[in-house]
Parts: sequence; C-alpha cells; structure tokens
Amino acid sequence: MAIRKGWLGRLPVIGQLRQSVGLQRGMLVTGLVLTGLVLLTAILAPVVAPYGYAQLAADGVNFGAQKPPSAAHWLGTTVGGYDVLSRLIWGAQTALLVIVVAVLMSIVAGVLLGLVSGYLGGWLDRVLVVIADAIYAFPSLLLAIVAAIMISGGQSGLWSGVFAAGIAITVIFIPQYFRVIRAEVVRLKGDAFIESAKVVGASSARIMFVHALRNSTRTLPLIFTLNAAEAVLTLAALGFLGFGIEPTAAAEWGYDLNRSRSDVTSGIWWTSVFPGVAIVLVVLGLTLIGESLNDLADPRLRTRRRPGPKQPAETSVTEVIQ
Amino acid sequence: MSAGQATAPVVDIRDLRVVFATDGGDVVAVDGVDLAVAPGEIVAIVGESGSGKTVTARSILGLLPETAAQSGAVIVGGEDVVTADSRELREIRGRRAAMVFQEPSSVLNPVFRVGWQIAEGLRAHGRVSRAEGRARAIEMLRRVGIPEPETRVDYYPHQFSGGQKQRIVIAMALALNPAVIVADEPTTALDVTVQAEILELLRRCRDEYGTAIVLITHNMGVVADLADRVVVMHHGRVVEEAPVERLFAAPRDEYTRQLLAAVPRLEGGPSTAHEAPSSVPERAAGESKGVVEAAGLVIEYPARFGRKAFRAVDDVTFAIAPGEVLGLVGESGSGKTTIGRAIAGLTPVTGGRLDVLGVDLAAARERTFRPQRRRLGFVFQDPGTSFDPLMTIGTAIAEPIHIHGTASERTGARRRVEELLEAVRLPRAYADRFPHELSGGQRQRASLARGLVLGPDLLIADEPTSALDVSVQAAVLELFAELHAEFGFACLFITHDLAVVDQVADRVAVLYRGRIVEEGPSGEVLRAPREPYTQRLLASLPIPDPVLQRARRVLGP
Repeated sequence: MAIRKGWLGRLPVIGQLRQSVGLQRGMLVTGLVLTGLVLLTAILAPVVAPYGYAQLAADGVNFGAQKPPSAAHWLGTTVGGYDVLSRLIWGAQTALLVIVVAVLMSIVAGVLLGLVSGYLGGWLDRVLVVIADAIYAFPSLLLAIVAAIMISGGQSGLWSGVFAAGIAITVIFIPQYFRVIRAEVVRLKGDAFIESAKVVGASSARIMFVHALRNSTRTLPLIFTLNAAEAVLTLAALGFLGFGIEPTAAAEWGYDLNRSRSDVTSGIWWTSVFPGVAIVLVVLGLTLIGESLNDLADPRLRTRRRPGPKQPAETSVTEVIQ
Repeated sequence: MSAGQATAPVVDIRDLRVVFATDGGDVVAVDGVDLAVAPGEIVAIVGESGSGKTVTARSILGLLPETAAQSGAVIVGGEDVVTADSRELREIRGRRAAMVFQEPSSVLNPVFRVGWQIAEGLRAHGRVSRAEGRARAIEMLRRVGIPEPETRVDYYPHQFSGGQKQRIVIAMALALNPAVIVADEPTTALDVTVQAEILELLRRCRDEYGTAIVLITHNMGVVADLADRVVVMHHGRVVEEAPVERLFAAPRDEYTRQLLAAVPRLEGGPSTAHEAPSSVPERAAGESKGVVEAAGLVIEYPARFGRKAFRAVDDVTFAIAPGEVLGLVGESGSGKTTIGRAIAGLTPVTGGRLDVLGVDLAAARERTFRPQRRRLGFVFQDPGTSFDPLMTIGTAIAEPIHIHGTASERTGARRRVEELLEAVRLPRAYADRFPHELSGGQRQRASLARGLVLGPDLLIADEPTSALDVSVQAAVLELFAELHAEFGFACLFITHDLAVVDQVADRVAVLYRGRIVEEGPSGEVLRAPREPYTQRLLASLPIPDPVLQRARRVLGP
C-alpha cells in the first residue's frame, strides 16, 4: 500500500471495500447491504413497525390468532395473536442489542486477557490457556443455557433478557478473542520493535498497551463479524429452547419459531418462515462480510485487477489452464 | 566466455517486460531486458533490491506469481516459457532449467528423507523405480560432496548443516542434468567459510557437467569469484553487460561505477577508512573504567527438559572503553548477537560478570538497570521490523524521551527529533511518516536517530547494515562514522562482514563457538591475524576483484 489514503481508507471495512474486486467485492457488498438493512430496521423499528411487539389488539379489536397474511397483517398473525411483521421488525432490535452487548463484552475481556497472557506468559498464561481450552470443550449451547439460568433464573424482561443472552454468548466467545490476541502477541513479542521498546526501557504495561495492543487487533473485524452471526444464532437457539426473552418484554425470533412449531403441520407457514428467513438473512449478511474480510486480509487470497493493458492473450490462457 | 559463441544459447531472453499488479497500482519490475546465456557459461545478474534481477531470473523457470503479467520471450532450449502451458512448463522445469534458492533450510521439506526429495525430480519426469531413484540420489549426493552418501541418503534435512543443505539443494537441481541452473543468492544465508565451499561446488558443476549458471547476487565478491559475464540491472533495465574482468577494471556505466565504489574492501594495504580513531590514545591515557566490562561471561539457553543447556557464550572477557568502537565478528552461531542482547539486558546472563554502565547485569534486576537504559542505544539488524508499524517515525524516535525524559525534555521532544533526523540526513517532514513509507536505508537511519536521541554513552549495533544494499550500506556506514565522531559514544558493532568491521571499528574481537579466539586493534587482526581460525575466515572472504581472486584461487588455501 504505497499510496497514502485518506482517513476513510484506514477504517476497517471501507478500506477493504476499496481494495476488493470481482466476486469478493460482490460478497462484501451483499453482506454490507443485508447488514445495513437489518441495522436500519432495528433503529427505525418504532417508526416502521405497524404495531407493537406485544400488541394483541388495535382499536379494541383483537387481531385473532393464526390469521393468514392480509391487508391489515401483511405477514399474518401468530398463534399467540401477535402481528408477525411487527415482531419481525422489533426482533431485529433485540438481535442487534444482543450482538452489541455480547460482542463488546467478549472483545474487552478477551483482548485484555489475551494481551496479558501472551505478553507476560508464565503460569498465568498456562492457567488461562487451560481454562480457555476447557470452555472450548463444552457444547456452547449448553454453556449458554447454564449461563442464562444462572443470570436470570430462566425468565426475564428486555434488558435482563438481553444481558442474560449476551453474557451467555460472551462466555463462549471470550476464548476465541483470547486465543487470537494471545497468538498475535506471542508472535509480536519476538519482533524487533517490541525488543527495541524494551531496550529503550519501556515498562511492560506501556509495551502491552501502546505497542502490542494496536498491532494485534488486525484480525478483530473478521472475528467480530463471524461472532456477531453466531451470537444471533445462539440467541435464537436460546429462545427456541425457551430460555430467551418473554414475548411481552421484547420480540425475539427464536421464541416465535418455538411457538410456531405446531403450526407447521397444520399448513400455517407464515409464522415460521418469516422469523426463520430473518435469522438466515442476518447471519448470511454478517458471514458474507466476515468471509470476504478474511479473504481480503490475506494477500494470497485477495484477487486483484489484472495488471496493465498490454497483456498478451496467451498469458491469460495459460492462467485459465492453471 | 569459455564456451564457443557459435552454439545456440541455453537461455535467450528477448525484450522481457514484467508488470505486477499491486494494491498501489501496476509496478513495472522488468522493463525490456535482453539476455542470452551460452552453454557452460556463468552469468551473474547484479543489482540492488528492487532492480528486477530476481524476477528476470525466475521468469526463466516461469516461476512468477499470478499477479505478474509478462510480455516478450524467454526461450529455454527452444521453448518459450512466456507462452508455455503448464504441461510444457513442467517439462522445462527440472530437465532444462533448475533452481537453487537462497534459504536451503526452507527449500527442503522437513518430513521427507533427502534421498526421497532428490528422487522426486526424477519421478516427476518419468517412471523411476525406488531402487533406481535411491541409487541416483546417492550418486548425486556423492557428486556434490556429501560424505558417506550411502547412509546419509536416508537422513532428514535437519540432520545436515546449512552448507550441506545447500549442497543437497544443488544436488536436486543437478538431478535431471539441466542445461542451466538459476541460483538466486545461493550463498547469502551462509557463513563465509561455507560460502567459499558452495562457490567451489558451483564452479565444479560448470566445469564437470557443462551446466550454465545464472547467478543472482548482490555480493560483488561472489561475482568476482564465480562469474564469466556480469549483467548489471537497475530499475528493471540492463544498464551494463560485460565480461567480469572488464566490468571490474573499466566499468562504463555511471551506476556500475557507483555500485563498485560502494563495495567495502578489505585490502592488504593500510586501512583507508581510519581517520576516526584519533580519539583512541587520549582515552587510553585518561579513563580506566570501561563502559562495558565482561569477565568470564557465560550465557546459556535452557534446553528442553532433560537435556543439557546450550552454552552460547563461554567464558568471554572483553571491555569497551568510552568512545571506542569494538567490532564483534563471527559466523552464525558464534554467540555474537547473544552478547549484544545480554548487554542490552534482553538475554539473562548465566555466569561470570557483565558490567554495563556501572551495573552488574549478572546480579542486577531489570528494575535497577532501567534508569541506566537512557544511556544505552540499540540498532537492530532488520530496519523493517524494528519500528512499530502503527507509529510515526517521529513518535518512535521520541519514545525514549517520553519514557526517561524530564518534563522540559518532553516538551522539546519534537525539536530534538527534528535535530536528529537532520543529523542522520533525513528530511524533517519524515517525522510524520509511517515506517512502511521509508526505504530500508532510510529506516536504518531513523533507527540510528532513535538510538542516539538521548545522547547515549553506549550504542549496540547488531548487524545494522546486513539487510541493506551495498550502496545504501556504504552511506549508512559513512553516516555512522560521522555520528560517532560527533557524539563520541562507545559502540559494540556486531557483524559477520569483515570488510564492514574494518571500516568502522577501532578494535576487533573474533568469536568462534562462543569464545573469543582473537582480539586486538582492527588493523592487526584483519591484516596480520595470528589465530588459524581468523586466517581461515579472511581467506574465505572473496575479494571483489576477479583478477586477484583468480590468482588467490590458483594458489589455493
């Protein structure tokens, strides 16, 4: 990257967007559009949604249960008598909150632990690595359920529900951030610029937080997006298993899916398809961003524009064969 | 030059142009190069990094990455590599052209026996039975001078030394008896004494099997020793092409002259670069206490459980007086870098005494030594990694001030940084640049500036110029001498290059396997060595003059 780009180019995702070409650009743009749509929906939920997430009646008239899509209820109503579209839109908000809470908490904790463990090493490092490995060994959903029960006693309102789900997911994610950052810091520790800081007389804290921290966070946007996708899935799974958030406290797609199980056999498709599609789209969007960032971060996987116009035709043929 | 000019060339490059697509746009690496190699001829391609010499040589085997687009023709044995498809390329590789890489340890696959790896080339070009492959591998190993090839054919790469590994790589290249071998810096990763042996082997390949060699190197001594003809490249173009004697005796191009002038020489005559050590006598009279004093210094690296610790430095005694430059030379593994790191407090001392700036590092803790660190500067070998990539050069240079400095020093940090940038002849504006925006030489200057920012009493320079091109190295060494005259710091200058140490050091200590074998004023040690090891070291160093080198080779060691 010989040319100096503006500050805009240095932002994690925008820089990569400019670099990308072809299929990788397509993937990244699709992911960004999908994720952007979900973000907008979540933020504008109070404006966009026709009804509240726990609303059962409008103008004193009940919606009625399991009504097919109509002008009043574009996507029909659920078995509990809620409007499917409204719950879909409000559900984006819940999903976003959980992502933010879970990923923020796990990044802060994981990065700190990884930094200290990787740089200081010794027995602290060994203990932390063993704990991280032990957490890996648990089925993540089981761990999330245990955490959810411990935190909220199983049931909850919006914020306690969000935090219960968030913390449950955090527990699973901390080892991932921990391992990535630790590996980077261990690698950096042998680099000349860290040694040079040591020779100069910098304290361990200064080396860790000034030199090592910023240089070890390159891969974070990547894990961040992939983990965000996993957070949505875990939240939905918790809701589906009945450890999520009460329908009166917030809309949650996993809960809706759970309630629509019996509908599927009786030909009521709208209660299960739409929350399902919403989960798929969010996860797909985030995963597309993550995967294309992953490819773009690796110079060997990154496709580039073909060099120069003076390229002989034979060369391109050769490359197709290879 | 030995082969008749009438025979068809084994490699014929015509108007080759290679363009790389990078994140910063298209880069022209090779721009219209013409080059022909006759059978049995050794052609050296020389030039600085980025001159396109490696790309040109790799195009002979069609080994360019996918981001490269080439035009022109590279004809190897009648076949054009540029337009060849992958099947034709496979046919060319190995049979007609083979390659010897720079780093033998990474070329050999660590999990396969070397015999298997040599036979791999044979298997790729036709059916070979196991017994045949093995017999052929043994024969190849014998040819390249591996002792007891019958048993060692079953060894794994890690059981060989660096020089032997390079011999095995050459054996792999020779296995199919190619018409030309491309050798990309074949001796750069090796010590001088091993380098001499490998060069001898390459010469024998030509003499006995008539293999043409395309030698890529930046080392003019190697060129003078081995090459018949030299091609000088600069910015992707050939600037001069001449037989080796003529190139060294009467270079025509301005750039070639610069390149040759920059080569450090270690000649028999009186030292040329020694105006600086005028400070030596006055110091000897006045001070008695050295900046560094080591007595019976022992440094061990702990081994894996149950094994004996590895003794890197064994009973070493030396001293560095204030203002003196001590050159520490030795081959890889001699412990020279370990000593430098121990003085900087990066490696713990196992035994003996090591006084640095009045603190005994063998007994002291990091906490007691830290205040003394402001009197110590360190210049690392690789300027590419010794700067935090996310910090501007200015911030990095000022870091010692922010850690050790007083309040007034901190407020004046920016001015001090600019002063130092000027002292190392970099523009002031470079303070706001990031390390990747500077060239290797510029970064090493900035590294010197950082080492000197607090006006240290002691500077440790660990191979500061070995990652640089010769012309850049010359400029950095000159700058070093000037800074030394100006600031008057004591210095431990660690290097493997005897010619470099001759330029900068007042005294030289020669290390061999963790022990100092010879120590004394640099003129004495380098021109009238007493110890056999020092003599061997000096004899292995190829002289950058083809006529002298040939004469020396005929005389024999």
